[in-house]
Amino acid sequence: MLSWPNFISQLFNGLALGALLALISSGLTVIYGTLGVLNLAHGAMFMMGGYGGFVTYQYTHSFALALVGGTLCVLVIGVVTEQVLIRHFYRRPPEDQLLVTFGLGIVFVELVRLGFGSLSLQVSPPEWASGITRMGFLIYPTYRLYVMGIIAVALAVLYLILYRTRIGMIVRAGIEDSGMVDMLGINVFRVFMLVFGIGAAAAGFAGIVDAPVLPLTPDMGDQILVETFVVVVIGGVGSFPGAILGGLIAGEILSITSMFNPSYSQVMLFVVMTLVLLLRPQGLLGQSSRT
Amino acid sequence: MRNRDTMTVWRAFLPDLLTACGLIAAPFILPSLGFAADTVNRILVLGLFGIGFDILFGFTGLLSFGQSAFFGTGGFVAAYLTINGIIPNVMLALVIGTIVGAATGVLVGLIALRRTGIYFAMITVAIAETFFFVENSPLAAYTGGENGLSGVPSPVFNLGFVTWRVGTGYSMYTFLAICFLVGMIIARRIIHSPVGAIFMAIRDNPIRARAVGHAVERYKLLAFTIAAAYAGLAGGLLGVLQGYMPPDAFTFDTSGELIMQTMIGGTGFLFGPLAGAAVWLYLRDFLQSGLGLGAAWKLVLGIIFVLLICFLRRGVIGGVIDLVGLARPRRSSAPTDEEPLPADAPPKKRPAPPPGPVLEVRGLSRRFGGLVANNDIDFTVEAGELRGVIGPNGAGKSTFFKMITCEMAPTAGTIRFQGRDITGWDVTDVCQIGLTKSYQVNQLFTKLTVRQNLAISALAAARGRFRLDVLRRATHVPGVTAQIAHTLALIGLTGRADVAVSDLAYGEKRRVEIGLALASEPTLLLLDEPLAGMSPQERAETVQLLRRIRVGRTLIVVEHDMDAIFGLAERITVLCEGRVLADGTPLEIQASKAVQDAYLGGEVVE
Repeated sequence: MLSWPNFISQLFNGLALGALLALISSGLTVIYGTLGVLNLAHGAMFMMGGYGGFVTYQYTHSFALALVGGTLCVLVIGVVTEQVLIRHFYRRPPEDQLLVTFGLGIVFVELVRLGFGSLSLQVSPPEWASGITRMGFLIYPTYRLYVMGIIAVALAVLYLILYRTRIGMIVRAGIEDSGMVDMLGINVFRVFMLVFGIGAAAAGFAGIVDAPVLPLTPDMGDQILVETFVVVVIGGVGSFPGAILGGLIAGEILSITSMFNPSYSQVMLFVVMTLVLLLRPQGLLGQSSRT
Repeated sequence: MRNRDTMTVWRAFLPDLLTACGLIAAPFILPSLGFAADTVNRILVLGLFGIGFDILFGFTGLLSFGQSAFFGTGGFVAAYLTINGIIPNVMLALVIGTIVGAATGVLVGLIALRRTGIYFAMITVAIAETFFFVENSPLAAYTGGENGLSGVPSPVFNLGFVTWRVGTGYSMYTFLAICFLVGMIIARRIIHSPVGAIFMAIRDNPIRARAVGHAVERYKLLAFTIAAAYAGLAGGLLGVLQGYMPPDAFTFDTSGELIMQTMIGGTGFLFGPLAGAAVWLYLRDFLQSGLGLGAAWKLVLGIIFVLLICFLRRGVIGGVIDLVGLARPRRSSAPTDEEPLPADAPPKKRPAPPPGPVLEVRGLSRRFGGLVANNDIDFTVEAGELRGVIGPNGAGKSTFFKMITCEMAPTAGTIRFQGRDITGWDVTDVCQIGLTKSYQVNQLFTKLTVRQNLAISALAAARGRFRLDVLRRATHVPGVTAQIAHTLALIGLTGRADVAVSDLAYGEKRRVEIGLALASEPTLLLLDEPLAGMSPQERAETVQLLRRIRVGRTLIVVEHDMDAIFGLAERITVLCEGRVLADGTPLEIQASKAVQDAYLGGEVVE
């Protein structure tokens, strides 16, 4: 059972899953870091990205356009959500923010269930990425290689937005001290709106990228949300590099453990999270001042 | 006198009596409203589950998304024990399930409570999901995996003259209603105990609860354990009610619906989850069959939930109470006439402080990276002294105070209080041996009344860091009532004792801030800018207050109001750029060239 090709291919699976978790988690963590809101509807954003992409694909039969369509759809949903609901909660206690985004997540899931039904929908991988690739002794599904590539590009884009643009500078300053940014005369609320949209779009993008691997169901986001939490706790809340590191660690844990016994993979993830909490409560790359 | 005592006892038990009446009346009223017996029974189980959650979230302020872990654990333990004949007595199995649920709560709490706020919420979600996975596969041999456990027996009671075999319908209702009533009575005792008061203090301001001398972490763990015990019992009862323990007891949906039902009913009333579960199940049936919405019922309930969070945060019960309050305005509590301070409140008799300096600080330093906030400070205060500490902004006064009260660890140096080395101690322990501080920015328990605020401090002085007196009434702790009355008189708020702190005028809040420190009966009291932000009138009154509270105490006061501090203090220490610039009587300080230069922006003379 334990052969080298098997092990290597599980490592690759872990990398693909880890990259996916990293992208979703970085969306969650950037929103939290900037706005101070933990978005419990983030799993629903992931799910809606998948469905948005599915609908686009139905009309255009182009996977590339589906990627764009799914992402834009969630970006718009994110911005509207922030404008209509979330912005009224910045001054309310964190518990209220958790409750309202939790309720929102349920509303989104049930809306999609109403529109598309509970049965799972399949998106087939694009022709240019279907089939298998031979890499020496290893045979690996081509699309999963593409997943890694596409997500690496997406993370790079997110990195460029965060670290190489004016908006990104404000966001990072906001993560350090949003009150101070406000005092500098920058309209933080405009930035908040954009950040919420971008963070949600990151999850939505991951949703459509993952659609050919994982069938679409209305509650597909629930499990991902929990895994995202573990990623963020391991990496450190509010830290973009932490989300990426935590994502890769979580992905590898899940896939390597499942090679031995799939039923223990989630448990193993939890064990690692507990260890991190006991040894380094702020997370691997988190700042100690954030609690 | 005897008559009045009977009245108080009567009033204390009135809610329990009303609950019992309500539970007896329910089977006669609810069917005509369209509730089936099975639905009513389910509401009771969910209501009991929610009592624990309300203690955890509504009273202690800890929002857990992982209560399903304990609900499932208690349920499956009880079900497994009875089905396999290990414990044939159903009641005993339920008790064991409750205990195992509580024990699980202790273990999970030890991990999850290491963090607060959103971290805590996320960790509880992750842990509960892990429980689901463990139940579903590694433990499937015991839990039945996806099939659950069927054949859970109903309890049988041998009452001597007759044997009561709990059946379905309203026979089951009688059993569940008794369980609910007992659970509610215990919960009400907990809430009215000193522990309950401290839970609410932790919800409102954990930092201050810690600073006045309560072991906050242990009380949080206690609240978490209590909630887990209720969840465990409710889980066991669900199995009994259905004759079957479903695996979805462990799912995130269980935790989620608990939260939604509690929020719909309202938090902080204990009855909220019961009301919420009733609304939830009634609407579910009504939307599903009545309106024929089918699966969309959850969408409607989700929207209702979001709207409630936005506009009616206190839930249905809170809304009704607010409406009644509007219709029947309470006695005027306008903060117009701040009562003048009484001329002289008698100081409490306290033992004479031991001879020698009360506080002795040697070589105290604190660095923040490259910044040296405090640099090699030596500082001694004699018993009974009133010491002023002044210095320009950024001189390091607040850092100095934080280190003395052990809110912040020094980089170097030692602090001795009454001869004891307290360097590196915890702020809670330091308060317990008689050293505390009033804060520059008010740190109050804003949702509680003035009396309740002072009670939190007085309870810490009377009970110590941690005690498990969950069944004693907070007002019955010896000495607390007297201490509160004394402190109220001292800070001149006797007439405003039952007003919520959030409704007080600023000057009054400031006095509560000092009162919180006073009520913990400190030997050494540090006051960080007690006059900050006050009007001239309020300043004069507070100076009078300081004169009165110094009797029998040692005070150190940081203050920017020079007139006030030079009039009050016997000695003054001047801090500048993290060092002691000068130390002497007010006259010496006023004459000092170095001090004048520091304040007027001249060169600092070493």
